[in-house]
Amino acid sequence: MTQLDSRPVPGPALQRRPARVRTLWILAGLVALGLLMIASVAFGSRIVPWSDIVAGVQGHDDNLGQAAVVKRIPRTLLAVVVGAALGLAGAVMQGVTRNPLADPGILGVNMGASLAVVTGIVSFGLSSATAYIWVAILGAAVTAVFVYAVGSLGRGGATPLKLALAGAAISAALASLISAFVLPRSDIATGFQSWQIGGVGGASYDSLRQAGPFLVVGFVVSLLSAKSLNSLALGDDLAAGLGERVALARGVAALGAVLLCGASTAVAGPIAFVGLVVPHLCRLLIGLDHRWLLPYSALVGAALLTAADVVGRVVARPQEIDVGIITALIGAPFFIYIVRRQKVREL
Amino acid sequence: MTTSTLDAVVRSRVRRSRRRGVVIGILVALVVIAYAVNLMVGETFYTPYEIWRVILGETVPGASFTVGELRLPRATLAALAGFCFGLGGVTFQTMLRNPLASPDVIGITSGASAAAAFAIVILGLSETGVSVFAIVAGLGVAIVVYTLSFRDGVAGTRLILIGIGIAAMLDSATAYVLSQAAQWDLQQAQRWLTGSLNGATWDETVQVLVALVVLGPLLLSQARNLFMLQLGDDTAAALGVRLERTRILVIVAAVGLLAFATAATGPIAFVAFLSGPIAARIVGGAGSLLVPAGLVGALLVLVADLIGQYAFDIRYPVGVITGVLGAPYLVYLLIRTNRAGGSL
Amino acid sequence: MTATHSLEVSSLELGYGDRTVIESLDLTVPPGRITAIVGANACGKSTLLRSMSRLLAPRTGHVLLDGREVHKMPAKELARTLGLLPQSPIAPEGITVSDLVGRGRNPHQRLLSRWSREDDIAVAAALDATHTADLADRSVDELSGGQRQRVWIAMALAQQTDVLLLDEPTTFLDVSHQVEVLDLLTDLNQTRGTTIVMVLHDLNLAARYADHLIALADGKLHAAGDPAEVLTEDTVRAVFGLDSQVITDPTSGKPLMLPLGRHHVTV
Repeated sequence: MTQLDSRPVPGPALQRRPARVRTLWILAGLVALGLLMIASVAFGSRIVPWSDIVAGVQGHDDNLGQAAVVKRIPRTLLAVVVGAALGLAGAVMQGVTRNPLADPGILGVNMGASLAVVTGIVSFGLSSATAYIWVAILGAAVTAVFVYAVGSLGRGGATPLKLALAGAAISAALASLISAFVLPRSDIATGFQSWQIGGVGGASYDSLRQAGPFLVVGFVVSLLSAKSLNSLALGDDLAAGLGERVALARGVAALGAVLLCGASTAVAGPIAFVGLVVPHLCRLLIGLDHRWLLPYSALVGAALLTAADVVGRVVARPQEIDVGIITALIGAPFFIYIVRRQKVREL
Repeated sequence: MTTSTLDAVVRSRVRRSRRRGVVIGILVALVVIAYAVNLMVGETFYTPYEIWRVILGETVPGASFTVGELRLPRATLAALAGFCFGLGGVTFQTMLRNPLASPDVIGITSGASAAAAFAIVILGLSETGVSVFAIVAGLGVAIVVYTLSFRDGVAGTRLILIGIGIAAMLDSATAYVLSQAAQWDLQQAQRWLTGSLNGATWDETVQVLVALVVLGPLLLSQARNLFMLQLGDDTAAALGVRLERTRILVIVAAVGLLAFATAATGPIAFVAFLSGPIAARIVGGAGSLLVPAGLVGALLVLVADLIGQYAFDIRYPVGVITGVLGAPYLVYLLIRTNRAGGSL
Repeated sequence: MTATHSLEVSSLELGYGDRTVIESLDLTVPPGRITAIVGANACGKSTLLRSMSRLLAPRTGHVLLDGREVHKMPAKELARTLGLLPQSPIAPEGITVSDLVGRGRNPHQRLLSRWSREDDIAVAAALDATHTADLADRSVDELSGGQRQRVWIAMALAQQTDVLLLDEPTTFLDVSHQVEVLDLLTDLNQTRGTTIVMVLHDLNLAARYADHLIALADGKLHAAGDPAEVLTEDTVRAVFGLDSQVITDPTSGKPLMLPLGRHHVTV
């Protein structure tokens, strides 16, 4: 397990993919992302002629069309960044928990971030975006640890069923606390409502700048944990036997995932199911080696969220459907598909 | 067989049924007291005698309107809806052998909520219309979840997980509908979604009562089969329980009760979730939990509504109170259940 | 209690989804005797037992109890004649032993019937027969593995069936408790004439305790009959793919299988 070349380590849990197939899929992913980014700038609830799109990209905002395009650029960037963060976080979480259903949304992490933000607004009068991010990350981290701890108590450790139930139950508990906070405050209710659905519509360069540092650290930590996730895939005992410090490796990887979830939730609201769907898809395309799987999940996550955002803007013209709703509508059936595929004993 | 063993068996059975009787008696008494307090307390205090006269149909200045038209339907609806939530919740928990598998988690409540939000915000329907929508959607979701989890019979675990997935989808649909709402509709919808007894009318109360009278006995007729299901599907079947038939009857009855209650009050958080485990705690494994859980549900809603109306300077809808009180107990329950490895 | 019932399986095919587990199986369970079903992992032993007790409908073929198809019999009527103890039954949290055993009376009770004297007597007899009377008021959670298994058998006894099917009643038990459970089942068979069919993992215990041995391989019947005839070196090779030597057990006169691995074999 210590050789330095980048070939995947063959093992019972690692399925090999021919290098050429992998390269092909990566290229396909990059091209798709590029096209989607162009689409995201070009299409929206307002139909803008090509000349204005080009002008808008160059920074002009002489008419409504060009102004719309100017606003679409940070929005596209945010979708890419948040999508990448969620896809990667999902892959890391599924690796850390060895659980096919792990997803920031399902584990209640998003709801934890939401409650933290609401508490911050209502009780401590927080208003700055940076403060939101800190609080959201804190909320996400606490919830993640708590849900995982509760879900892994008892027989069989963290089985998919126990984790999903712990996540759902704790989400429900947090949601009722949130409504207790929000309900008497009609002044924040509406704004919070739109944040809670999850969207990238309100994106600005500011929000990107504020989340930036957290996301960068999250990306780096997550990607660096690829090798230890490969060992963890073999089970804790075997990983320890291979010289991995299991608790430490798991903690570091989870920290990366939590940073990514918390920061993206803070800027875009809770967006569920991207973290669930993307890693499953990527495993099919590119194999089980986390050193390829993690970056590829980021790439596909970015593409998926950008696509969901474009779809949400186009299907309900002149209105927009928030991206969080689109991902849930795509993601939940996928979740059900995964559940149906599993054997009952494995749940 | 020795007579001493026979004596011991009889003694322990009698002890169990006596304990059950005592528990049910105490719960009934508590529900009656809470109901009476809900009728007496408010802006103006009325004595039990005045309330009794109102119930008998006499005209009492002030009380006839306040008690007869406001407090009586409200308290009655609270008790009935709580009973339905408790009954429906414990049915699912027993059938799926998991206290966390309550209708709030496996999508039935989410279905009713999404439909109600749609009916209020998009269609602009009246109360009755909203009720019909919520009931149909609750049943529809139950059927979809059950069908999707069917593969060589229904496995409880699969049903729970699929329910969670469906719930997530429906919740986001609700969120979308709300994002389209005008300010007034939004507040009405949000209040409904939190679960509230505000504006309780006799019409709603009678609807819930009819549902309870029709579906309650159907559910209770399956009480013993449900009780056997606690031993696992295979053991229950070996003891002569017809699994699919029992499940379908029980699901129809429980979803019906839940949907009617939800239609009248909105999904009052955690009542369906908590009544069963609390009842199990008190009854201590002595027989079926259906009736005790229903009583606990009624008690929870009555008490929470009192707290929500009078304990703070703002009036909170009852769902916020049950939510905030229920959340810590839920987490405790989660920890305890996982430690013990499942089962109510 | 001593009525004998015929239990037969004819051209049975069983499966889950696309997977066929049992193919064209015919066998007869000798009434009033102990039958053990043995075979390698995933050869369909438990599936067969589940189908014999109505839990799994056959794709083709029949399971016949006294000439009637079990899958068409009313559930409770069947449950008064034929009982099943699954491999891992679930005890609700906090349930007491006597309550659990009492639930075995379900097939004898009607919708609104009260608990009868007969029910109490059946429960007490089951507790006595399994030596669990002194545990009656204990919570099932607190019991040891061996005690718990005896309690489950007591529940099956309270059901008062003439045929009892058990799926691996000795798994997760240490050797002394395995013997204890099998002795208990033998007592039952000898005193009440109960027909017993059990899936067993341990070939030697199966050969020792069973009157009739059924060996399955890949969903098909490999051999059935007296243990002395069925448990041979050829059978072990065909069913488990293992070389062995079968000798006569000096303590019981039954066949005893000694596996021959690649090491430490001197013969």
